[in-house]
Amino acid sequence: MTSAVMDAHHSEAHHEPAKGIKRWLYATNHKDIGTMYLVLSLVMFLTGGVMALIIRSELFQPGLQFIAPNVFNQMTTMHALVMVFGAVMPAFVGLANWMIPLMIGAPDMALPRMNNWSFWILPFAFLMLVSTFFMPGGAPASGWTMYPPLVLQTGDAFPFLIFSVHLLGISSIMGAINIIVTIVNMRAPDMSLLKMPMFVWTWLITAYLLLAVMPVLAGAVTMLLTDQFFGTSFFLAAGGGDPVMYQHIFWFFGHPEVYILILPAFGVVSEIIPTFARKPLFGHDSMVYAASSIAFLSFIVWAHHMFTVGMPLTGQLFFMFSTMLIAVPTGVKIFNWVATMWRGAMTFETPMLFSLAILFLFTIGGFSGLMLAIVPADIQYHDSYFVVAHFHYVLVPGSVFAIMAAVYYWLPKWTGHMYNEKLGKVHFWLSTVFINVTFFPMHFLGLAGMPRRIPDYSTQFTDFNAIASVGAVGYGLSQLLFVYVVVQCVRGKGEKASSEVWDNPKGLEWTVPSPAPYHTFEVPPKISSSSTFS
Amino acid sequence: MRLPTRPQGEFSMLRKVYLSVLGLLGASRANADWALNMPRGVTRLSAETYDLHMQIFYWCCAIALVVFGVMIYSLIRHRKSVGAKPATFSHSMKAEVIWTTIPIIILLILAVPSARTVIELEDSRKPDMTVVITAYQWRWHYRYTGQDVEFYSSLARTSGDARRLDSGIDPFTVDNYLLDVDNPLVVPVGSKVRLLLTANDVVHSWWVPELAIKKDAIPGFMNETWFKAETVGTYRGQCAELCGMDHGYMPIVVNVVEPQAYAAWLASKQPAATQSAATN
Amino acid sequence: MTKGEQPTMDPSDSKKPEPIDRTLAGRLVLLAIAMFGFGFLLVPIYDVFCEITGLGGKTNDVAFTVEESVEQDRTVQLGFVTTVNGYAPWEFSAEVEEMAIHPGGIYEATFIATNLTDEFKTAQAVPSVAPSQAAKYFKKLECFCFTTQEFMPGETKEMPVRFIVESDLPDYIDTITLSYTFFDTARQTDTVAAAGLNTH
Ligand SMILES: [Cu+2]
Repeated sequence: MTSAVMDAHHSEAHHEPAKGIKRWLYATNHKDIGTMYLVLSLVMFLTGGVMALIIRSELFQPGLQFIAPNVFNQMTTMHALVMVFGAVMPAFVGLANWMIPLMIGAPDMALPRMNNWSFWILPFAFLMLVSTFFMPGGAPASGWTMYPPLVLQTGDAFPFLIFSVHLLGISSIMGAINIIVTIVNMRAPDMSLLKMPMFVWTWLITAYLLLAVMPVLAGAVTMLLTDQFFGTSFFLAAGGGDPVMYQHIFWFFGHPEVYILILPAFGVVSEIIPTFARKPLFGHDSMVYAASSIAFLSFIVWAHHMFTVGMPLTGQLFFMFSTMLIAVPTGVKIFNWVATMWRGAMTFETPMLFSLAILFLFTIGGFSGLMLAIVPADIQYHDSYFVVAHFHYVLVPGSVFAIMAAVYYWLPKWTGHMYNEKLGKVHFWLSTVFINVTFFPMHFLGLAGMPRRIPDYSTQFTDFNAIASVGAVGYGLSQLLFVYVVVQCVRGKGEKASSEVWDNPKGLEWTVPSPAPYHTFEVPPKISSSSTFS
Repeated sequence: MRLPTRPQGEFSMLRKVYLSVLGLLGASRANADWALNMPRGVTRLSAETYDLHMQIFYWCCAIALVVFGVMIYSLIRHRKSVGAKPATFSHSMKAEVIWTTIPIIILLILAVPSARTVIELEDSRKPDMTVVITAYQWRWHYRYTGQDVEFYSSLARTSGDARRLDSGIDPFTVDNYLLDVDNPLVVPVGSKVRLLLTANDVVHSWWVPELAIKKDAIPGFMNETWFKAETVGTYRGQCAELCGMDHGYMPIVVNVVEPQAYAAWLASKQPAATQSAATN
Repeated sequence: MTKGEQPTMDPSDSKKPEPIDRTLAGRLVLLAIAMFGFGFLLVPIYDVFCEITGLGGKTNDVAFTVEESVEQDRTVQLGFVTTVNGYAPWEFSAEVEEMAIHPGGIYEATFIATNLTDEFKTAQAVPSVAPSQAAKYFKKLECFCFTTQEFMPGETKEMPVRFIVESDLPDYIDTITLSYTFFDTARQTDTVAAAGLNTH
């Protein structure tokens, strides 16, 4: 394999990046594509954030102030679609593109042209999705879960919604194939599977999850399409179909999707904590097994999203128990991180701060997840703000914080300059305070009986909603600071970064200069015992 | 999107900010409470649900205390700035076994009472009465089987007027804003009420927190659930499944009344023909 | 992900290490296609699953033949509920609202529907049984729901259903409801569309 890699590289080796727009349009370099993914993700994050702020402004006080109820529903639907498929997933794919070749000592991704495709599909998919706001009937307003029959009431946007979901799926599948092939075939010669860094491991598992469930989502939305336009009745009771079946198929995709959004975050945390604790990751192998069992369990818990649809008793019990079981491997991961910190010599640079916040706040999301597993209690929590609080606690201080931690951690490697540590820390503290101000009160709202996805509410929910809205505005504005810090770093305003960047970090990515040259590891590296922790 | 132009809107927004600040300082207000927790409810199962909720919550607190405690201790003691030297250990079979086993034991402790309550929830035997609930975009329809009583239940007029964009009506002046209906569901206290739920158009969900009932209403399908309210009172809830534009405007009001009052109410709702047939 | 849209590996691409890549990538593409198919396979799987567990309260949709073996000492309350979906123009009701039955016995019930328009109309009745655990014991020998029903303008039809509740119905079920929802077959989807997209 080694010689194959080298041969393959003779023809294109050492050529410099093309100039101007062509460099990006025809990009096949994993670093360029990674950068494009990350930029797109940031744009989508801000877009989805604006929608969130519109939602929170409307909910600041009872009564309708700004938008009509149907526009509100479009906002919640698009916020979710944009954040899940536009912000979080592309960000992790971008990180994978940048870092996986650097971490396993590969010269590039295995399938660079497919890589170009899988990226360039995305901007068009999102343009199409966002353009639905201007169509008769407006943007999709049936929630990102797209439950029939409601989703079939979507106006002209409907086929565009389905088609953009198809495109997003194709992009994800191509990305996943690329990542798997890269990891399996292009590791440096001495890097056995169990020696792989955790970020690579979690991405390998994530890629298999993507490959397994994105096509199922594509199937489900295709059935919606044919139900709407071609007279089938997959989900229409009148023709012998069943709307609940859609929910089963959707969540068969949807629950693994949750882990697609969080496993790479686990990987990031597993990279960062050892570096700043100056101590090897505790229980590397058990982390791999934990991530794999989480992935496996994610296929048999889907109906815990549907405890109120009317399921046989045995079904309810099965899905309750299997869901509770997920707490075990998730706990193992948390405990292993704590053990990694234990008796280390910690310093608290921005990436470490974000990782520590993940440990605390993701765990809170995990606790509410465990509570949601209990069927009788779930009947009360379901579709209330308690659920909104829960999944924002796992997605924002879980996935989004991990993405930001990763950006701060690897930004000096990408740009060759340190970011402004002081501003980074300010960004961290603002984000962490405001995220709690935003989402913690939602637990109370849900328990007190406020349903989710409503544009207006009864007056007893006023105070916590007002607090949440203030927090959301604060969190949103704080992210502008993040943009500023990143832009300044990219523009080379910080001090020069060494190739190691941090205090003796482990991993192959720290053996190449900062900024990482356009082509790296054209000759596979030798792995010395000092460059990995295991 | 545009800013409200009416002076009232601005006034109420300012007032809201002011009151929120007051609230943060610990002041309490009459029409906005600081409910932090799930209601204990008025049925035996709602109380059981509440207890389960609290039990798992306390377990989470206990686990959080231990895990966060260890983390905080480590964050204080094992930092470079206090001269900590990093250890090099990276495995411990013993530790892994311990922190895999303990959660499993806790889960088993939680699973048993949860399963028991689920089984009780499913036990719809021997109902005293049955109400068929049909969900519409965006109102509820109730039909008392065998009683010839049926009616729609929609958002109360007062809320309906105030909820419009630029209505000029301050929601704080409306009683039970968005949680009031024209025709409430009336049931006798202490009776086992079986609910059959279906929908006319899209999926809805019937939720009354005090009854600890939430069940989806699905077009073409008949779902079943039940409750037995132990306390007289008025209990309010909302549609819980996104059902389109006015999803936020289809509240549920259940009046639990003494049996005599229920009989009188029922008689007043029945058409004259049924009434005379019943008395004969 | 439709099959045609799957990316193909460009043979002229010189950047990749051959040929290990290609077999693995090919297999992964096949896996994705297979999973797309699996999404559709879930439809029949779901139906079988419903049949076994009674999930969704679904009952048999073709006539069933069975021997009668009445359990005289056990009585189950059977209620009938009728719904017309999407404000379709029918009046639809059961002749009796409730009957007491013995498991194992064959019974007949009649439903009455009137076409409220002066047009020719067809309807599909969709049955559902609550509690759903009872569905698999509820067997229809003859039902107006097996086929679509045609209505002349203003026509009123009496429609029978013959059924048996099998005697192995679990003890914990003492009340069953058979519900029929009438759907106008001419407008499966646009009923809801019309109801849903109005504006203020
Ligand atoms: Cu509704």
